[in-house]
Amino acid sequence: MNFDFSDEQKQMRDEARKFLSEKCPPKAVREVLDGKAAYDKALWKGLAEMGFLGVAIPEQFGGAGAGHLELCVIAEEMGRALAPVPFSSTVYLAAEAILIAGSDAQKQKWLPKIASGEAIGTLALFEGKGNPSPKAIKLAANGGVLNGVKKPVPDGAIADFAVVAARTGSSGRESDISLFIVDLKSGGVDVKPLTNIDLTRGQAEITFKDAKAEPLGAAGEGWGVITQVLDRAAVLMAFEQVGGADRALEMGRDYALDRIAFGRPIGSFQAVKHMLADMYVSATLARSNCYYGAWALSTNAGELPEAAAAARISATQAFQHCAKNNIQVHGGMGFTWEFDCHMYYRRANAVALGLGSLSYWEDALIDRMRKKNAA
Amino acid sequence: MNFDDTPQEAAFRAEAKAWIAANAPKQYEDELSKASLGRVQLKGANIREVAKAWQKKKADAGWACLHWPKDYGGRGSSPIERVIWQQEEGAFGRLSAMFIIGHGMCGPTMMAFAGEEQKRSYLPPLASGEKIWCQLFSEPAGGSDVAGLRTRAEKNGDEWIINGQKIWTSGAHYSDYGILLTRTDPNVPKHKGLTMFFLDMKSPGVEVRPIKQASGASDFNEVYFTDVRIPDAQRLGNVNDGWNVSLTTLMNERMSIGAGVSTGFPELFDFCNSLMLEDGPAIENRAVRSKLANWAVKASGLKYTSMRAISALSKGDRPGPENSIGKLVAGSMIQDVAMYALDLQGAAGALNGIEDAEAAGKFQAMLLRAPGTRVEGGTDEIMRNIIAERVLGLPGDIRVDKDVPFNKIPTKGRN
Repeated sequence: MNFDFSDEQKQMRDEARKFLSEKCPPKAVREVLDGKAAYDKALWKGLAEMGFLGVAIPEQFGGAGAGHLELCVIAEEMGRALAPVPFSSTVYLAAEAILIAGSDAQKQKWLPKIASGEAIGTLALFEGKGNPSPKAIKLAANGGVLNGVKKPVPDGAIADFAVVAARTGSSGRESDISLFIVDLKSGGVDVKPLTNIDLTRGQAEITFKDAKAEPLGAAGEGWGVITQVLDRAAVLMAFEQVGGADRALEMGRDYALDRIAFGRPIGSFQAVKHMLADMYVSATLARSNCYYGAWALSTNAGELPEAAAAARISATQAFQHCAKNNIQVHGGMGFTWEFDCHMYYRRANAVALGLGSLSYWEDALIDRMRKKNAA
Repeated sequence: MNFDDTPQEAAFRAEAKAWIAANAPKQYEDELSKASLGRVQLKGANIREVAKAWQKKKADAGWACLHWPKDYGGRGSSPIERVIWQQEEGAFGRLSAMFIIGHGMCGPTMMAFAGEEQKRSYLPPLASGEKIWCQLFSEPAGGSDVAGLRTRAEKNGDEWIINGQKIWTSGAHYSDYGILLTRTDPNVPKHKGLTMFFLDMKSPGVEVRPIKQASGASDFNEVYFTDVRIPDAQRLGNVNDGWNVSLTTLMNERMSIGAGVSTGFPELFDFCNSLMLEDGPAIENRAVRSKLANWAVKASGLKYTSMRAISALSKGDRPGPENSIGKLVAGSMIQDVAMYALDLQGAAGALNGIEDAEAAGKFQAMLLRAPGTRVEGGTDEIMRNIIAERVLGLPGDIRVDKDVPFNKIPTKGRN
């Protein structure tokens, strides 16, 4: 049994960690946090040069042609460094949607641009409150144009193109939903940046008014593609979350070793030790669930839907748990703008929602486990 | 990344599988598979006899204590082969419960500290289950703080005279031998005055009394020692070096790798799949699903944590510390799961007769056994200390009795 990443994959993780610790220290994340830039352009360019943006994109489309396991190890490092770049929207959502449903021409058009860092992409799915659901999609597609409003769209204000979920029927079934690719720089598209709890990653409202759109995949098959994209993105995002959880745990541990109170390091008090031990437990459970997700993703196994939901839930819980208790271990200093703890807290709570919230994935997991049981 | 055996592992698995298929007591497989925490019994058979017979059969064919050297009754197998064996043995592995302390703790301690002749004479019958061993460490005054134990050993010629009391000794009532940690010098700090022995449990002056547990069952005992004589030749390690010897024992505490820990989740998931609530099937209830999902990811997290550890073994690495979380997570989870299963039944959840209770009283049994799980073999709090100190590198607690002679440590009048 070899339920682990290979030495080459681990080496890639080390490379990514080294690269990000040089190019994406907390100081760089703060440039975006403080509103000085919408995202870290230099880092984005560097990620492209390292081959990280196209790591899972086949070579014929300008990528490195490695695979999803390689993408998982990079995702973990992106989460650990809180990289303020549109990696998840572009790579997990837009690129995966095109890989799953795109025509050869669409792949040729967009994937090389993603791999080279020229194009930022996203998935425009949500229309206000609520979790992913075909019923919630009102934005209409008619005669090759879209009309409606999407919000929130991750990285929508800096994206060059979006994969948009639109209504093409009114039967009340999933087959009413189709996908389109829209060039966000073209006419009929109005983009408004929105403020959100994670100031290092943008969200936007995008209004489509007779915006020209190109079908992605067959009409009426959009929801099936979205489900697949969300499952894949759930695994990849779970690795980001585990990376963030591990870093938050380390920060808490380091502070507990360093901070003296009542004449001793606070890490020698059982109340603090036990809090950190529990953080370690949730981060470890999440990591193991993520590995299973990675295996299912990389082998395109029938277990992917269940594995993705489990990884998503476990990693969401772990990152939230570690981020909030990291602040607790830091005490008052953890609640200052100056300390980095809040950046992890913000990220943990924002990414907990982006692909559908916990309650959505809990429900999905039980549905999927029942299906497996029935089969 | 894959779940596949290497060719050698596959060959070993096939050999183990074939032998088990031909030799295991198949008639008990169903009952053993369905047994959950708190109730492992066989209808119409004495489980102790069935267990001993199975162990002997395994030993005769070279399938007992696989990782032990052949000279001592083992097979000389690699750690991964041991795991593969456990996977293939499956439910029949539950018959090994009464041997776990002997095989997991006493045997390795003997191997490290007994003389060669003693090893050749005592270890093979321990491996084959013909002789059962227990571990006599905990005392009324020393649970988590084992080094606070008070049972005295005093040298008298070539013998030691033992007086005192042990508690929580699993299986003492059916054990043939035990390893015993005693105090040999109360004038030095507590860790420095301990000595380890092994003894015949039938020695004069040894009295075993079962403890009636909060659950109503009796799995553990108190053991009283009144002028029990142990030959000096049965001392393990140097005089007053017993603490270091005991660390060997505790480090060898059976790794749960491969065997899997009980979480109660599969039972709860099955139960909710068939349970009807007032407004429909439990499994379709939003609140139930949320609870189930949260436990599902803990159960799968433990499962895949153990897969990672097995993979490390397979590569010849030592498994990392992540495996230390199993008991901590599973112990409180099984308690929460049991409480929730009863909650779903309303007032009827309190019924505990096999006839009246849902799922044959499985969850009621779990509920009543679970508090013990969270205490035995290291309390939840000790497990968290271990994770914090050994995994995360946090400092140990300040120990006010560390440099104080044992007999000067305040006892609040309890001796």
